[in-house]
Amino acid sequence: MAEKVNQTQNFLKGIVKENPVFVMLLGMCPTLGVTSSAFNGLGMGVATLFVLLMSNIVVSLVKSQIPSKVRIPAFIIIIASFVTIVEMVLEAFVPFLYEQLGIFIPLIVVNCLILGRAEAFASKNNILSSILDALGMGLGFVVALTLLGATREILGSGSLFGLKFVPEDANTFILFILPPGAFIALAYLTVLFNKISIKTT
Amino acid sequence: MDYIIILIAAVFVNNIVLSQFLGICPFLGVSNKVSTSVGMSGAVLFVMTIATMATYLLHEFILVPAGLDYLRTITFILVIAALVQMVEIILKKVSPPLYQALGVFLPLITTNCAVLGVAILALGLEGGSLLKAVFFAVSNSIGFGLALIVFASIREHLELANIPNGMKGVPINLLVAGLLSLAFLGFTGLV
Repeated sequence: MAEKVNQTQNFLKGIVKENPVFVMLLGMCPTLGVTSSAFNGLGMGVATLFVLLMSNIVVSLVKSQIPSKVRIPAFIIIIASFVTIVEMVLEAFVPFLYEQLGIFIPLIVVNCLILGRAEAFASKNNILSSILDALGMGLGFVVALTLLGATREILGSGSLFGLKFVPEDANTFILFILPPGAFIALAYLTVLFNKISIKTT
Repeated sequence: MDYIIILIAAVFVNNIVLSQFLGICPFLGVSNKVSTSVGMSGAVLFVMTIATMATYLLHEFILVPAGLDYLRTITFILVIAALVQMVEIILKKVSPPLYQALGVFLPLITTNCAVLGVAILALGLEGGSLLKAVFFAVSNSIGFGLALIVFASIREHLELANIPNGMKGVPINLLVAGLLSLAFLGFTGLV
């Protein structure tokens, strides 16, 4: 039973307590760069979740074969392979999203969240824990990116997931879909997140 | 003329940190003191220039002729990682004072997305040549340095300010970055 509780916690920690974006500040480049709409945020989140999950699985499977001196380059190669797969799949099946995310797709390789989890978790734990850890952290990342994307899209273009709910000629806070809006929206979302998570614990 | 446009665009108009969101981690991470941010900027200038030169040549003379374009991501990150290690070893031997100044920042640069980002962006330059790609990398690292040093100077002053409890730490830094980015937005249309 204790084991089970432990695994649940293992999964849940990434979503709130150690949320990669709001608490740990990992992977900030894609977080700020692609979240001009909720859909882009979601797409980036899911792509990252996939790479994180696969790299965590592979790293935890081969951890005993990798000499500790070359482990970082080895992890980077594992991650880069999966990023290449994601790049090709997106280009083939979702060209619209591929275009929108642009340079941030190859840059998933250097997302510190993925390397961080490989180094800090998957290289020390068994495969089941690593999968749960990746799912939790990945979902935390998806939630954070979608939330930020939604906030910016609602304020900036008056729509959500592309559905417009204000008249065509209405004035919206265009600032929020421009680069400064990313920093400002994330700043206030972090304040909000801190306030809520302090209250619940 | 082309080169002046590249320089102004990279430093002010499309600042790599404040409008393209590359290299945010070091931007937020090592910007609490002006002196460390100067060190980091120097290290980025150094690595970014060499890395772009290496990856540009690799892409032009090995990957494209061999039809291995899809291996771009994986080869570039390997080259950058190896290069950072090499630069570290060479600096240690050749110029200990420079190593003293930049040493601690070098390992961090491998996962600095600005380096990989610029290496990839440099491939897409109009009428690309090696010289242009290298110049592009230098301009972008100047842009990175400018943003980082300005941000660090503001943060040093922030320490004396009276900030509401909930805004302390990360949120206020992000807000400052947002305002800085807003200021840089004013350069839009310059080129």
